[in-house]
Amino acid sequence: MTRPAASATRRRRNAAENALAYAFILPAMLILLVFHFAGGFAAVGMSLFKWDIVPGAFRGLDNYQTVLVGSRAEEFWHSLSVTLTYTLITVPIEIVLSLVLAYLLFQKMRGRAVYRTLYYLPYITSVIAAGVIFNWLMNPNYGFFNQILELVGIGPQRWLDEPRGLFELMSGGLLAGWAQGPSLALVGVSLFTIWHFIGFQVVIFLAGLGNISTEYYEAARLDGASERQIFWRITLPLLSPTTFFVATIATIGALKAFNQIYVMTNGGPLDTTRTLGYEIFHVFFQQGRIDLGAAMAVLLTIIILLFTLFQFRIAERRVHYG
Amino acid sequence: MASRAGAQRRLGRPAGIPRLRVRTVLKHLTLGAVAVVIAFPFYWMLTTAFKSFFEATTFPPTLFPQEFHFENFATAWGDAPWVGFFRNTFIIAIAVTVGELATSILAAYAFARMNFKGKGVMFMILLASYMIPGEATLIPNFVLVTKVLHIQNTLAVQIIPFLASVFSIFLLRQHFLSIPSELADAATVDGAGHLRFLRSVVLPLSVPVLVTVTLITALGVYDSFQWPLLVTNTDDVRPVQIGMAQFRTEFGAQYHLEMAAATFVIAPVVVVFLFLQRYLIQGVARTGIRG
Repeated sequence: MTRPAASATRRRRNAAENALAYAFILPAMLILLVFHFAGGFAAVGMSLFKWDIVPGAFRGLDNYQTVLVGSRAEEFWHSLSVTLTYTLITVPIEIVLSLVLAYLLFQKMRGRAVYRTLYYLPYITSVIAAGVIFNWLMNPNYGFFNQILELVGIGPQRWLDEPRGLFELMSGGLLAGWAQGPSLALVGVSLFTIWHFIGFQVVIFLAGLGNISTEYYEAARLDGASERQIFWRITLPLLSPTTFFVATIATIGALKAFNQIYVMTNGGPLDTTRTLGYEIFHVFFQQGRIDLGAAMAVLLTIIILLFTLFQFRIAERRVHYG
Repeated sequence: MASRAGAQRRLGRPAGIPRLRVRTVLKHLTLGAVAVVIAFPFYWMLTTAFKSFFEATTFPPTLFPQEFHFENFATAWGDAPWVGFFRNTFIIAIAVTVGELATSILAAYAFARMNFKGKGVMFMILLASYMIPGEATLIPNFVLVTKVLHIQNTLAVQIIPFLASVFSIFLLRQHFLSIPSELADAATVDGAGHLRFLRSVVLPLSVPVLVTVTLITALGVYDSFQWPLLVTNTDDVRPVQIGMAQFRTEFGAQYHLEMAAATFVIAPVVVVFLFLQRYLIQGVARTGIRG
């Protein structure tokens, strides 16, 4: 390709560029390798040993057996079921609400920026401080939520202290088992979660709406399509990559839930809000069972990774659209 | 641009003017009602913070404080070592933000504008680090800092693991790639090396995205809770959010003081957000990071 005289200089220049490039990436790569990359593999390693405060013998897959079918199976599956219930309550409501709000906000009008700022405010406040506010709103004795219930003729509730199911309470204790629904405490945490994340999703949906070419709308309007038809036949289908994207990150966020659980309920009452994220913290930190905690963390990671892979594919499509 | 604005205007006005008014009013009613619901917890926090203990614990609650007890803030402030909590958070936030910006700018530049051996492999490691969730690395990192490095209960342990961020590298790299290569060629002709090109051309052209990265990083530090909860155990090194959680445990029944504390924990980020929201919202819309 190059003339022989120039190639020696070029090689020297390449070597210098190589050295400089590695000097540039070294600090970041060092931190990432130690705390992010290696950590992921170390978790798998730790889950294969006995490690009860101090490390012990190699146990192969015994820890996984303990967690999945052995002595810890009940609490593991319980916390997984709480996590999935929490995800199923929060994600669909968040998506529908934020989509509707974004759709209304997208059209030009007065006060648009004010609404957007207000909706976004909960998202930037820390989960801990905001969780404390919701605890107060849901206070069983003096809380504002009970005041609202009283106004509509419903008796005071114990909210975050209430282990009984939502449908059980609504039916006056007639329902049993699964039909009792999520505990009122979990519903309370979910209300907080929806409030906290909705503005973030509105912003993502607004960006998605901005990516849809206005030509589609103009053509549809020329053909005499109604606003409703335009929403269902044009906006919604063309927005689907954004919707999937929002659904995936909301799901991953819900699967990881820890801070809101810690500050609002501590996993209680009667473990009805003990998500997998909280369970791992409880097992490895409070009980010192690093081995079992690591095994649970690996299992949660597998679940999250599946959703992350899914998210990456959506994100790729999103970039092409933009 | 003109046709786009026109189409948006048309989008909001499909029929005659009277219908438009009804529609607009309905829309504002809906959006306004939602805004009230979303803003209400903040209102409740603020009004409770001004009430006396007696007034805060009456049922039904008063919608507006009967008298304003400004001293609640001083009492809440004096009840816990907040100065220390805020100082710690401030030091950690500055160190992490500056450090992370430095490592990310250099790495992002190398990945965007330099050719080097093993670039593909390094990029794969970067991607893998991004894919591995914090839940997986939490326990190994905890063991590493407490049992191997023995740096638990320091400010350093809350800084070092966060001195690099794949997210920031990706965000900056994406932007660096968009800088026209003609500028780089011109710089090469002028004899400018990579470092000078980065400093005098790339960075000045990247101010908005640098502000976005700074804000997201600083906010992340301000909100951090789980890691400090695990690796620290004394007030002299603990950050604001731990202080908030502790305050709740210790003064849980003093609701008016709890809300006063929540107010001064939330206030700094709200102020920063109101002034710089443009950068934050744009950055979020572009990348979809949930934090």
